Amino acid sequence: MAFATSQQSFVRVAAVFSMTDNSDPPGKGPPKGGASLEEARLRQQAIGVKLRHMFDEIVNEQVPDEFLDILRRADERSSDGGGK
Amino acid sequence: MSGASTPPPKPASADDNAFKRELVALIPHLRAFARTLTGDPTAADDLAQDAMMKAWDARASYQMGTNMKAWTFMILRNQFYSEKRRSWRQSQLDQEAAERTLVAVDDPESPVALDELRLALATLPEEQREALILVGAGGFAYEEAAAICQCAVGTVKSRVSRARKALQATLEKGGYARDGRAAGDAMRSILAAADRLSSVRQA
Repeated sequence: MAFATSQQSFVRVAAVFSMTDNSDPPGKGPPKGGASLEEARLRQQAIGVKLRHMFDEIVNEQVPDEFLDILRRADERSSDGGGK
Repeated sequence: MSGASTPPPKPASADDNAFKRELVALIPHLRAFARTLTGDPTAADDLAQDAMMKAWDARASYQMGTNMKAWTFMILRNQFYSEKRRSWRQSQLDQEAAERTLVAVDDPESPVALDELRLALATLPEEQREALILVGAGGFAYEEAAAICQCAVGTVKSRVSRARKALQATLEKGGYARDGRAAGDAMRSILAAADRLSSVRQA
């Protein structure tokens, strides 16, 4: 299987979120204290880390037994149901 | 279901077994992707189970050794959109669904910032949200995300970019209101939590 390790993924994610482009300043409201580009970059990175964390939190949940039960039943069906 | 505990009558083929092992390993990821699409844990597990079964039924068309994660994600996504077309009722992932998710995954350990992020995500257009999740959280390359969404790589790139900007703007301006908390607090708590998380990861 060719899954990226979580470290690799994290680096990739961090890279995605640090590619801020400045053509369009975030937020049209008054930039409180004039958020610098560096700050914007940090914010994007922070959001990226949180996003990854949010996803991983679900990935790390225990899978309900239902999933394996369903798969087991399907397996039984296909082994007596004359498939290949 | 609660039936006899007899083993399957015939042993499955080696390919089937290998396929099944990989599929089982992907279940947590399918659940996570489904939850970000539906915003509702119960609907998400139904969707993930349907996708899992579709993948199992289609196993003959899968080439072992290719990217099974991307393949199953594409199946799940197609399933999600075809179900959605059938029922208008669920056509919007709205604030309400996001709130239900909050309740369902409520965990005293989970920092406030995470809830804010979920709400902000729910305000994104669907195609931006899924692109951002695939690339930003699922660990897919742009090319893989494009294959999953069946669109051009450039389209994925621009969706991810727009999603990032919109998310940041929402978190800073508070495009939503919750518990009367100021939007600046959301961004501040995200920054603080991210610091903590990244120092843990790098350790």
